[in-house]
Amino acid sequence: MNKMEETLIPKIGVITDVRIDTPDIKTFRVVTPDGKKAFDHRPGQCAMLSIPGVGEAMFSITSSPTNTEFMEFSIKKCGCVTEWLHQAEVGQQITIRGPYGNPFPVDDVFAGKNLLFIAGGVGLAPLRSVINYCRHYRDRYGDIDIVYGSRSKDDLLDYKEIIEEWSNDAGVNVHLTIDNPQEGWDGHVGFVPNYVKELGFDTNKTAVLCGPPIMIKFTLDGLTSIGFDKTQIYTTLELRMKCGVGKCGRCNVGSKYVCKDGPVFRCDELEELPDEY
Amino acid sequence: MRKCSLDSINKIFGKIAETNKLYLPVDGSDGVAVYTKWEEGKEWSNALNTVRSPKDFFFPQVENLMEFKTSGKNIELTDIREEAEDFVIFGVRACDVRSFDILDRVFLTDPVDSFYASRREHGVIVSVACSKPSETCFCQTFDNIDATNPLGDVTAWKTEDSVYFKANTEKGEAFMKKIESLTEECDDTAVAAEKDKIAAIMKKLPLKDLSADAFGGGKTDTFFNVPEWDELSATCLGCGTCTFVCPTCQCYDIKDFNTGNGVIRYRCWDSCMYSEFTKMAHGNNRLSQKERFRQRFMHKLVYYPENNEGIFGCVGCGRCLAKCPISMNIVKVMKKIGGKVNE
Ligand SMILES: Cc1cc2nc3c(=O)[nH]c(=O)nc-3n(C[C@H](O)[C@H](O)[C@H](O)COP(=O)(O)OP(=O)(O)OC[C@H]3O[C@@H](n4cnc5c(N)ncnc54)[C@H](O)[C@@H]3O)c2cc1C
Ligand code: SF4
Ligand code: SF4
Ligand code: FES
Repeated sequence: MNKMEETLIPKIGVITDVRIDTPDIKTFRVVTPDGKKAFDHRPGQCAMLSIPGVGEAMFSITSSPTNTEFMEFSIKKCGCVTEWLHQAEVGQQITIRGPYGNPFPVDDVFAGKNLLFIAGGVGLAPLRSVINYCRHYRDRYGDIDIVYGSRSKDDLLDYKEIIEEWSNDAGVNVHLTIDNPQEGWDGHVGFVPNYVKELGFDTNKTAVLCGPPIMIKFTLDGLTSIGFDKTQIYTTLELRMKCGVGKCGRCNVGSKYVCKDGPVFRCDELEELPDEY
Repeated sequence: MRKCSLDSINKIFGKIAETNKLYLPVDGSDGVAVYTKWEEGKEWSNALNTVRSPKDFFFPQVENLMEFKTSGKNIELTDIREEAEDFVIFGVRACDVRSFDILDRVFLTDPVDSFYASRREHGVIVSVACSKPSETCFCQTFDNIDATNPLGDVTAWKTEDSVYFKANTEKGEAFMKKIESLTEECDDTAVAAEKDKIAAIMKKLPLKDLSADAFGGGKTDTFFNVPEWDELSATCLGCGTCTFVCPTCQCYDIKDFNTGNGVIRYRCWDSCMYSEFTKMAHGNNRLSQKERFRQRFMHKLVYYPENNEGIFGCVGCGRCLAKCPISMNIVKVMKKIGGKVNE
């Protein structure tokens, strides 16, 4: 029988670094009080963070599993827990439990494939974990394309890492875009789904999509229109969650519990779900 | 099989209560039967069933999970669960006994919910056959529920003048051992007669022909978009009564309560019928009451069986039939959309 630390009782975590990424997203580094990583995870998995008295919320673990020292979370300010976290300083303790969910199939399905990552806004958070995992085991994968877009240049998450690390890797192509023209930006301007169509990728790739539901919908349509099959495309769903272990009923869609059976789904699997996610 | 006279049942209760907490349906001053801790003077109710289901014993409406104390930037976490002690629930009906199995399949599957598991391990269930099933009962619709012979650690039958007992499990044997001196060995003639009597009533119940055959796993596409959901859900108030009285509804919320001297994190029942249930930062995936209403019934009739070898998430206890303020319920849903498919 699984013991309590695996269900609702969290561990204590400490914030050891806070990075301001965008006007409303900060990236937090978290370890246990004795300086260790709270638990191992796989790319795409999530953790429940909480501040006692404020509440609990689910976040993607944005750092790669290959980072054995700490975990990182990129958190967008949008409610009670996230607002509180945005005011937290280094040294603040929080609680953490997980890992939750079904990870991306990085070691089997993705192995040997050309990979196409497409993210919008804070949707880069779960993808960063996979991207850095694949960069770490670079020789296991083919070419890597990354399309990432945000409202403006200032809203691009992990910008420094993208420019200084990802863009310099052999066989990794980064395509950035912002919604509207902006001074000091000479890159692409336009929405992610259109940009993907313009880039017109070969279909010999496995694609991973993450972002706001509307972006996912249009990008999925775009990819299938240029010849991708839904079995080649993975995405993550975001539903309200409380327990994270398939029991509280919150994230139930059809016969699936997104916290347990997701958040990673292959797009053809989504077609079997009723349309309410 | 053993028996005691109905007059001496309080002696049995007294004997059990010497060592364990004992809960059984007792009529309150308002005449409503409620599971109550037995003590001298409390009488076992004659009511068919309690308004609230016995799910509280294993999955309480509110349950404290842990306590936090904060000082400066530090957090201290304490596991405050009380060591559960053995307790006996007496007089559980066949439908409600079955509901525990439905909850087990949620809470005891990996990762096990240790709060639920501990209560479940400590609970001894004494079921009782339904002498007078009512017009809202439809347990016969579902497999493995037998009102004449309910499951549980011990099965009891109550006749005009006696109570008969049969142990089904080790826990049940231990229970019987405890009351051995107050009961006597008997054959099963009287119980067989009682079973026949109940079966005869069951055959006359208005819902005896209700069938769930149209439903089950893999039927999402068949039922999700049928137009009948509009009409069925049109007057639903979203009050959540149906989910709260239901012995198999298991959705919960986790919340923090500031005691002034720390924070208690607790869980409490929640309802998929509530508009806030799925509200998120980027929207709500069930915006209308129709969608929430559909979720409740699709979950019991399609999604749950899909994940649980065809077992339905309803036990036919009839509570939602009796309590919905607008008289909507799972039977109407089954007849309306399931009947359509059968035609
Ligand atoms: C699998 C998964 C992965 C996720 N990964 C990430 C991630 O990596 N990064 C990230 O930033 N987010 C992520 N999220 C989203 C994140 O969990 C939610 O944004 C989070 O629940 C917000 O918590 P909160 O307490 O701050 O918001 P809540 O307080 O619960 O607020 C939620 C909504 O309610 C509204 N609201 C809040 N307070 C009030 C009020 N007083 N009155 C009226 N309305 C109010 C807010 O506007 C907001 O729309 C993820 C979610 C899931 C399910
Ligand atoms: S849905 Fe209604 S009849 Fe079925 S178990 Fe729940 S309360 Fe009882
Ligand atoms: S079906 Fe009836 S009991 Fe259930 S939420 Fe609607 S009005 Fe309330
Ligand atoms: S979050 Fe509780 S069931 Fe998924």
